[in-house]
Amino acid sequence: MTGILDLALANLVSPVILSFVLGLLAALGRSDLTVPEAAAKGMSIYLLFAIGFKGGVAVAANGLDGTLIATMIAGLVLSAVLPFIAFAMLRVLTSLSRIDAAAVAGHYGSISIVTFVAATSVLEGRGISSEGYMVAVAAVMEAPAILSALWLVSTGGSGRRMDKELMREIMLNGSIVLLVGAFFIGAATGEEGLAAISSFIVAPFTGVLCLFLLDMGLVAGRGLRESRGTLNIGAVAFGILMPIVGSLIGLATGLIVGLSPGGVTLLMVLSASASYIAVPAAMRVALPEANPSVYLTLSLGVTFPFNLTIGIPLYVALSQAVTGG
Amino acid sequence: MQTHKAKRVVITIESIMQKRLTDTLESAGVTGYSILPVLGGSGRSGAWSRDGQISRASGMVQVVCIIRKERLDALLEAAFEVVDKHIGVVTITDVDVLRAERF
Repeated sequence: MTGILDLALANLVSPVILSFVLGLLAALGRSDLTVPEAAAKGMSIYLLFAIGFKGGVAVAANGLDGTLIATMIAGLVLSAVLPFIAFAMLRVLTSLSRIDAAAVAGHYGSISIVTFVAATSVLEGRGISSEGYMVAVAAVMEAPAILSALWLVSTGGSGRRMDKELMREIMLNGSIVLLVGAFFIGAATGEEGLAAISSFIVAPFTGVLCLFLLDMGLVAGRGLRESRGTLNIGAVAFGILMPIVGSLIGLATGLIVGLSPGGVTLLMVLSASASYIAVPAAMRVALPEANPSVYLTLSLGVTFPFNLTIGIPLYVALSQAVTGG
Repeated sequence: MQTHKAKRVVITIESIMQKRLTDTLESAGVTGYSILPVLGGSGRSGAWSRDGQISRASGMVQVVCIIRKERLDALLEAAFEVVDKHIGVVTITDVDVLRAERF
């Protein structure tokens, strides 16, 4: 146990995670530090493209194996099932209404791509390799949770909710299109393609990620400040317990599927993370009665900082301890 | 200078609903409107600011239309279909316009 904590502490002290902490503290301390909206958007496009491309190149270099299909299916199932576990935990730990609990649960089945990117960076920093196709697994895990959340609400006697337009918006949201598109470009062009643009997408990656996470820290900190008093102790406990439960389910699934130690860690991170972009947008359209400040504060203000600062280092250490990787 | 009476409808709504609202307004015959970003505010769902949002989709916008009085009911019925259950405010004010043929 001490070994796991030591490893976790070592992972915590990285420029990426400390940049996030800086942003968080600056916002909580009411500093006027800001990252312009357009710059943040530019950095997120860069990061999604780079991570998708590098994943594609890894697949081109190593080829596809049977675990790809198994991991994709596992990702779909995890995304669909985790909301039910989250919903049950919310009903026990909090006094949220059925609709609010279902909306929150949907966020925890889906994923945070920024948490995923940060985790890949931590893994790279420690020299742990992972399956390139985990990027594609991340993409397939985004949407099923939304359907599960809506099903949870419909079983409570409320119909309607999903229409074709919303489905199109979810499946073709900019992040997924860019991530999957870059993945295919990387897979199609392989090492040669990477060599042509590596000075742009490999060398500056960690530095850009630091600045992007500084902004994410600022956003999370401001969100936390603005929503002070929104969450009770039970909800905060859920925001910390759920990622741990999710990561353990991800760990077990990764081991069953036969992923590498790095791949297991990434599946843990995907299972532990909660969406704060795609799912909130879908919930605002499909479940307008649910209170956005509850699910946004939980996923962005509690779980995201937890995962970045304590979660990722813990998941890396745990998967290394279990897999011996 | 000659002025003409018209109605100014301001609909403050979540950004994510913007296209649904403007599509509905257009199908109800509203040909002109302006969309303005909202910097922040406070309401039944608590305080928020654009700076505290992770993406523009979680912010709010104002859709402003100026129309003739006789077209107001059709616009409001169409708008209500979209804003009914969503966070937002619909206000209507009397305004004077210079070029009536444009509305």
